[in-house]
Formats: sequence, structure tokens, C-alpha cells
Amino acid sequence: MAYQAEGFSALADPTRRSIFERVAERPAAVGELAAELPVSRPAVSQHLKVLKDAGLVVDHADGTRRIYQLDPDGVDALRGYLDQFWNQALRAFKAAAEQPSEETR
Amino acid sequence: MSVQAPPNSVTKSISVDVPAERAFTVFTEQMGSWWPPDHHILDAPLAEMVFEPREGGRIYDRGTDGSECQWSRVLAYEPPTRVVFSWDINLQWKIETDPERTSEIEIRFIPEGESRTRVELEHRNLDRHGDGWEGMREAVASPGGWGRGLAAFAERAAA
Repeated sequence: MAYQAEGFSALADPTRRSIFERVAERPAAVGELAAELPVSRPAVSQHLKVLKDAGLVVDHADGTRRIYQLDPDGVDALRGYLDQFWNQALRAFKAAAEQPSEETR
Repeated sequence: MSVQAPPNSVTKSISVDVPAERAFTVFTEQMGSWWPPDHHILDAPLAEMVFEPREGGRIYDRGTDGSECQWSRVLAYEPPTRVVFSWDINLQWKIETDPERTSEIEIRFIPEGESRTRVELEHRNLDRHGDGWEGMREAVASPGGWGRGLAAFAERAAA
């Protein structure tokens, strides 16, 4: 079966996945994440932007900092997850459907 | 403050170069041939996915140890044009037994000529899963939870 690399692309990067998992455990600011990981602050910010665009995390201002967390409402993050999931699943479905038919078995 | 209600569904569309009958069969009875293999909540390795092709049928996974996990009910079965099934998986990545707290997926198969079909998918009523979202934090971090599936897939995707 052929699975394409685009699915879950937001989490395909190991560093981004580490950031996501930390944010999922507890809300965190960019600086805290950068301190815990071997990654620069700008790089952490960039990863967080991708996660945010993918609907997996949300942010809010806390003084001069921005705090990132899983969407407490949940629906946005769930939708982000399912959006990626169905992209992947439908591509695999298309590949399976277009394979030569085995109806003659 | 947001005045716009968040969308409560995910919609997708894809065209496949096969007749609607075949698209419908592959999507339903042959679901196991394409369903992302990491997206199962069995403890044991997956042996097969079973789609019972009728309204009221079950969709379940069977593990190599014989264990079964029913994660969906077939709500409508109208070959070759439409199928609706439930998503009985909660935010803790466990089976949800209360139908009021499950979402559902409708698939429509629309012929675009003799050998091409547009497949439209809507996964709706996502807010029914809304309560208990906090538990997802644990689910992400727990072995066998959300995180594992995502990580396993991400590794595959990145390979």
C-alpha cells in the first residue's frame, strides 16, 4: 500500500512532534520550550506556527509572552487531527480503488 | 471574542478513476485495504478490519490474538451512492458507548462519467466529542494513545 508523505505533515518533523507533545502535556511559552529542547527560539516559534495552522494548538497572550496549548474547547484540535487523518485515508483509498480489480478471484 | 461559531465538521472530496460501484465496495467492504494501519486502538497487532455491509452492521477491528474492537455502527447503507457510519471513539482514544457522544461520517459517491467517481466525505457533529477534551492531554502522552499513532504515522510519513 502506498502512503504519501503529505499526511500529518505538521507532525512528521521530530522536533515539532516533541514541541506538540510538550504543549499537549501543559501550556507553555516559546522560551520555556526553547529552554527544554535543543532548538532556537525562532525555530520553536516557526514550529508552533505550523502546529497552529494545522489546528493542533492555540495561543493566547500572557503579558508579553504567548502561551501555547491544545485547544481547551477541543473541537478545533480534533478537527485539525481529523482533517489530516481523512486526507491521508482518502489518498490511500484512491490508491486502493484504482488498483487493478481482483473481482475475478 | 469570537462571534463565528467554529465549524463542526470536516469535509473532503476526492475523485477516483473507477465506477461508483467499485469505489463504494472498496470504501466499505474493503475498508481494511486502505485504512491507515496505525489508526487502530487494539492492543494486539491488527489482523483484519470487518465492515458488515448493511444498515445496522458493525465495523470492527480484529487483532491477531482474536480480540475485537467495534468502533463504528453502519447508520445508512445505500450502494452505490451513500454510506453513513458512526465514529464511536472518544477523546481518550477509547470506545464511546453513548451514541449521543459520537460523531458520524457520511460518504457520497457521485458518478462523473462511466469510470470516474467523486467521493465526498463529511465527518460531522464533532462537538459531541467536546466534553472530556481535557483528557486528551493524558491520551496524547500515554503509551498506546493518540501520541503513539501520530508518532508512528509521522515516522512512516517522514521515512
